[in-house]
Amino acid sequence: MEALLGARLTLALSIFAFLSLLTTSFSQQIQILNAERRIDLTSHIVKVFLTLKVENTGTAPANEVLLAFPPTQVDHLAVVKAKAATGRRKKRTYITLDVKPTELPDAPNGAKYFIISLLNPLNSGETATLEVLYMLTHSLEPFPAEISQSEPQLVYYHDSAIILSPYLIKQQTTFIKTPTSKVESFTRVEPTNRVSTELKYGPYEDRTPYSFSPIIVHFENNNPFAVVEELVREVEISHWGNLQITEHYKLVHAGARHKGVFSRVEYQSRPSHSGISSFKHLLARLPPRVHSVYYRDEIGNISSSHLRTDYRKSELEIEPRYPLFGGWKATFVIGYGLPLQDFLFESSDGKRYLNFSFGCPLAETVVDKLTIKVVLPEGSKDPSIVVPFPVEQHLETKYSYLDVVGRTVLVLEKKNVVPEHNSPFQVYYTFNQMFVLAEPLMLVSAFFFFFVACVAYLHIDLSIHKPSQHFAKF
Amino acid sequence: MLARTEPINGTAKPKPVSSPMNNFKSDLLNSFSLKSLKLKTKQQELLIRVSILCLVYVLAFITRLFSVLRYESMIHEFDPYFNYRTTLFLTQKGFYDFWNWFDSESWYPLGRIIGGTLYPGLMVTAAIIYWTLRFLRFAVHIREVCVLTAPFFASNTTIVAYFFGKEIWDSGAGLVAAALIAICPGYISRSVAGSYDNEGVAIFALLWTFYLFVKAVNTGSLAWALASAFGYFYMVSAWGGYVFIINLIPLYVMVLLITGRYSLRLYVAYNCMYVLGMLLAMQIRFVGFQHVQSGEHMAAMGVFFLMQVFYFLDWVKYLLNDAKLFQVFLRITVTFTVGVGAIALGVGTASGYISPWTGRFYSLLDPTYAKDHIPIIASVSEHQPTAWSSFMFDFHILLFLFPAGLYFCFKRLSDATIFIVMYGLTSMYFAGVMVRLILVATPAVCLISAIAVSATIKNLTLLLRAKNKVAQTASAKGIGSAKSSSKGLLDQSQPFHRNGAIALLLGAFYLLSKYAMHCTWVTSEAYSSPSIVLAARGAHGNRVIFDDYREAYFWLRQNTPPDAKVMSWWDYGYQITAMGNRTVIVDNNTWNNTHIATVGCAMSSYEDEAYEIMRSLDVDYVLVVFGGVTGYSSDDINKFLWMVRIGGGVFPVIKEPDYLVNGEYRVDKGASPKMLNCLMYDRARGVEIGNKDVKLEYLEEAFTTSNWIVRIYKVKPPNNRW
Repeated sequence: MEALLGARLTLALSIFAFLSLLTTSFSQQIQILNAERRIDLTSHIVKVFLTLKVENTGTAPANEVLLAFPPTQVDHLAVVKAKAATGRRKKRTYITLDVKPTELPDAPNGAKYFIISLLNPLNSGETATLEVLYMLTHSLEPFPAEISQSEPQLVYYHDSAIILSPYLIKQQTTFIKTPTSKVESFTRVEPTNRVSTELKYGPYEDRTPYSFSPIIVHFENNNPFAVVEELVREVEISHWGNLQITEHYKLVHAGARHKGVFSRVEYQSRPSHSGISSFKHLLARLPPRVHSVYYRDEIGNISSSHLRTDYRKSELEIEPRYPLFGGWKATFVIGYGLPLQDFLFESSDGKRYLNFSFGCPLAETVVDKLTIKVVLPEGSKDPSIVVPFPVEQHLETKYSYLDVVGRTVLVLEKKNVVPEHNSPFQVYYTFNQMFVLAEPLMLVSAFFFFFVACVAYLHIDLSIHKPSQHFAKF
Repeated sequence: MLARTEPINGTAKPKPVSSPMNNFKSDLLNSFSLKSLKLKTKQQELLIRVSILCLVYVLAFITRLFSVLRYESMIHEFDPYFNYRTTLFLTQKGFYDFWNWFDSESWYPLGRIIGGTLYPGLMVTAAIIYWTLRFLRFAVHIREVCVLTAPFFASNTTIVAYFFGKEIWDSGAGLVAAALIAICPGYISRSVAGSYDNEGVAIFALLWTFYLFVKAVNTGSLAWALASAFGYFYMVSAWGGYVFIINLIPLYVMVLLITGRYSLRLYVAYNCMYVLGMLLAMQIRFVGFQHVQSGEHMAAMGVFFLMQVFYFLDWVKYLLNDAKLFQVFLRITVTFTVGVGAIALGVGTASGYISPWTGRFYSLLDPTYAKDHIPIIASVSEHQPTAWSSFMFDFHILLFLFPAGLYFCFKRLSDATIFIVMYGLTSMYFAGVMVRLILVATPAVCLISAIAVSATIKNLTLLLRAKNKVAQTASAKGIGSAKSSSKGLLDQSQPFHRNGAIALLLGAFYLLSKYAMHCTWVTSEAYSSPSIVLAARGAHGNRVIFDDYREAYFWLRQNTPPDAKVMSWWDYGYQITAMGNRTVIVDNNTWNNTHIATVGCAMSSYEDEAYEIMRSLDVDYVLVVFGGVTGYSSDDINKFLWMVRIGGGVFPVIKEPDYLVNGEYRVDKGASPKMLNCLMYDRARGVEIGNKDVKLEYLEEAFTTSNWIVRIYKVKPPNNRW
């Protein structure tokens, strides 16, 4: 026992030592020749495009590149994607790289890391160009936090003028794009200049690892801050040819809170000045060939929606019952049916698989918590799932029409979902086609026995004594 | 020969309603010896009867689905929202929680004991249907169950009507009654899909109880009497209209006693039904001990004791065998009983043990009572006396068939027909007093009219059939020596009779088809709009939907604090609690007149006075309905005079003449000064005619719906003193 513990300890220690060695080697090995960062603040989802030109100055080949984020940003980070660019300008091709969160022991001020695994090891003296895209949600802080109907919505954006990085950056520039030219104020870190909707920080030369220079941009952003606090999507497979989808939304306007009077006169007579940060339409992009669409809430059907379909896509424009001002909430349900053959396929090993899109069909919305429930038909076995990003999953059982043993439900949960997550995922399962007939046969036999019972009742005389009139008649 | 003619008679059924019986009779005459054929006809008759009943059953259900098809599957009107909310609670929390439910969301700050102040029959019925369906793995939503409960029970009512008709007349009349009641607008008005109200199941329970009681009286069977007691229990649990049963049945018994139709059958039926029904009814908390304590139920008790005395006297008469002695005994007993009864009633009333009649009961007996004494009852449109036009609207040809049916009933007087006559006459009187009681009269009117229709058509077809038979026999057989004399006899009256009968039959069919068309039209046009969603035709003929109520309620539900109190006129109380999920000050269960008057007072005072009242009631939001922009007529300003009247009934500060100009009610520029300045006016006509530029000091607009129908105001917190 003692020995085992000792062995473990030594193992842990050696790993720790190795890791620390690794990090130091990283910092020494790699430097960034040129970094360009473009921050897009036009909607309420902050998109950051980062182009890094990385050089291996060390001796050993490098397999990985680290990205560092301040802890405040990591909580709001929805997506981190990296691509390696190869080839010259016009023939540039991109290869998607693997990005994983990682922990490093000696991170200063609790900085968090993502590790990009390179496809080919970067040899000494070689350079590579990496394109990184990451998205932040809930990173625009409304200030003032409460506005009246006639005021525009102003928000803060916090970041650093200098890219946080564990490596030395030779040269770097940051561009921030605001939705309009109305910028109240911004922190100056020279050289800084502003041309209409674009702020430029830099170029800055030779910044040491973990340099940080906080900036605040205060600007006007009247885009709809549509946030779905909770979205439950239920996908029910019926082998009679239908895929039924039910989506429960809890929508909130996450912008500056509305205060004081809501005046319908103002709102209707001067739509360009009154309540400009509010929204009343939402657009849901649904798959083509969608049918029997409904849009309702707890108290009934909502009559204000339009559906446009063509052969490539369907667009459902929905209006909540009332325009959403800051802090106002609305809940609703959207349901629709889809032809099964568009989504259900048979794999080579005889299994069936459903290929369906993850994420929220509403355009330009953030989903704080997304739950997808895939209801497999009764009698299906061995469910398994393939999702391009990590999700929490577990199994449930649901009873629907005429179920005896219940249907297996695969539940997938993910937090902080943005439209970038609308990529397909697959659910594999085995199913015997004969089970399709189980429920109709059940109904048929139930009716059959009912009629048999009726016939039996009419033919059997249950009375204890025969009425005497019966004999008198004949 | 007979074998050949039989199938012709058996299969050719020109008129399904009455032909089975005719067929049966003619067959009896024709094929007395052929048992197999007779059985076959019987089977055919059964088949036709069952299929007609099935069709009527389906018809009754689908004719009530207009609103679901045209709008959506939703709950209508005001009261059904309360029923829906309680049903939801029942299905979620279970029966015991439901029974002990203290609802703090209504009647703030008083609250309401739901379990003890409602008739649970409807909710329990819907919940049982829901649980059964769930058990059978039908994944239905409770809302769908609630929406379709009324049509389902309407279908069941047609079956009961068939059996009732069969009991009082014959199966032909039963079939006609089923068909008539299936589409009668008077009943449809309260049982379309979505109208999830007590009446939906209560009419079924009412007719069911009556049918079982009549059956019990006809047979003298204890089993039927027991069944009718349980029917009565169901009725008591479903609707306050059970008072009608508990008064009509004693009245009927009295009439039977007076007309000398007393029998042991009646004794068994009434005593069993009354005693057991009373005990069962006491289990309903809302009814409690009313059967022994309330003046409205005393008639039944009196008749119960009278029955005992009657029985006793009968027995004594049997023992004595001496007319003179019996006369003396009779005199003493009657005087003694009447004396004891009167004293008991007097003492009971004086000591307060027996409560006097309630206002609603008085207003039934005296139509003008409510107007003078209880404005809250008079303010409800469905409590108004009925206009002739609405009788015509709801009954159509039944109004003319009703007296004809009464004639037939009197012609063939029996215990059962006496009952239906009494039911018809009393309920017609009540229908005249109050619009909503047309509903109670509908089954009786349908049954009696069915008797008229069935009897008439049967007579006519018998006439026709007799001719046919003679003609047929003549052609098939030639002129037989035995039949020639009888044929000659019949021939004399043939042309006139035959043509007259055909004309009358055609007339009857014309009338009945007119009735069917009228019913469909009324159902589709008048009774199938949910009133919570308003639909209008747009400029291009497209349908425009005003969904403002739900817009406002949903806004309340989502965007106000969960403990916010909403003040509105009482009409909207149930909807706000059910759809908005917020606490209300007053709602449609108008049990506390003072509380409503306080709200009425707040609505009709100056803003600063109203603010004091609202502060004292802890109101956060005020909801008003405003029809100014869309021209929606039933808004709060139209109800305003009632607010003034009800408010003035308790708080004499509010005087109706202050709001009138020259005795006229005006809301435009010529309105009275008090009117123009009161709170209600400010809020309902905020930007409208009469008084523009209203500045509200204590209230601020919180939300207005897209068509301006509902406006919600927030009560500002008091100014900070520092």
